Amino acid sequence: MKVVLRNPRRELQLEGPRTVGRLLEELELGREAHLVIRNGTLVPGDARLEHDDVVEVRPVVSGG
Amino acid sequence: MNQSKCRVCREPAIIDLPRHNANFCATHLEQLCRRQVERAVHDHDMLAPGDRILVAVSGGKDSLAVWDLLLELGYRADGLYVGLGIGSYSDVSGEHARAFAAERGQRLETVDLRERYGYDIPTASKASGRVPCSACGLSKRHVFDRAALDGGYDVLVTGHNLDDEAAVLFGNTLRWDIDYLARQLPVLPAAAGFPKKVKPLIRLTERETAAWCIVRGIDYLLDECPMAHGNRHLAYKEALNAVEARSPGAKAAFYHGFVERMAPLLAARDRHDVGGDPDADLLRACTSCGSPTTAEVCAFCRLVDTSSEHDPVPVELVLSKSARRAYHEQLS
Repeated sequence: MKVVLRNPRRELQLEGPRTVGRLLEELELGREAHLVIRNGTLVPGDARLEHDDVVEVRPVVSGG
Repeated sequence: MNQSKCRVCREPAIIDLPRHNANFCATHLEQLCRRQVERAVHDHDMLAPGDRILVAVSGGKDSLAVWDLLLELGYRADGLYVGLGIGSYSDVSGEHARAFAAERGQRLETVDLRERYGYDIPTASKASGRVPCSACGLSKRHVFDRAALDGGYDVLVTGHNLDDEAAVLFGNTLRWDIDYLARQLPVLPAAAGFPKKVKPLIRLTERETAAWCIVRGIDYLLDECPMAHGNRHLAYKEALNAVEARSPGAKAAFYHGFVERMAPLLAARDRHDVGGDPDADLLRACTSCGSPTTAEVCAFCRLVDTSSEHDPVPVELVLSKSARRAYHEQLS
């Protein structure tokens, strides 16, 4: 799957399948500070990401 | 395939919210957000029907979410965008704010610091020796207050969310800064020279406001302000999120517990004048702009004087090494 990360923007290519929660754990990214968008749609932590999905991991923390 | 279901309708969920011990579909996430804002507005007497509302808009998720939510709930609300002159970050943030207003046919006033006052935030930071977030906060507070008062608005709305307020509370508590704690309220009433200010997003986390924007199709600014890179506020948020991961609901309990149980004690202290706000009786009008101040000339006018005479400073020159690297990565 293609995984798009932000701030800074970068892309990773990872093997599927895996859950959203597992992906965040592997990337060492906190669930409270991120949302995950699969093929343009927001998905929860137990959603399964398939090999051909395009996944955006979007940080939500602002510097205030 | 999604496994979790919406708590309300049992349709596939799009988000898990551990602090509510529940998952929600898009429709019921929107319902949750609307209800949380309605409850904040009601519990703290933030807005009245027919109020003329001015929303401080940055182009980021929180300010666009609060503007959208208030319009959804039937309020009349105009926007105010302040051009801070922070390189391409400001250019793009302004585009998001203007696009949101244009799509919804809403009024957005713009005050550009360089055009109106002859300076920008990088220059102000360099010229005054203030950290960038301090120069920025001082400038925005003055411009927002002035615009709300001059425009005849009943109330000024900001997009501070639960994470913002919990992080500020955490910092003030670490320092036991009693005067700041006493003023950290969801509503600041109008006073001579100050508009009423309210924070309708105090019951929503920033993960929830971002989710609101995504399900509503709001195109908000994703980049982080380069000048905020590595600031203390972000460190406090990181610490609180670590606690939240272990103990869902901890941030809400921390902040709302303060508002419900500690803030009244601090207000009583001020009423009895036992070490209350020492500046309250010393306020007078700034000789330059008329805004309330404890000095002859207010801090904003002193910042304008210092900064407008300084040669313009590009944003890169006031960033730390790591912030500069992050900014260049953002641009590439």
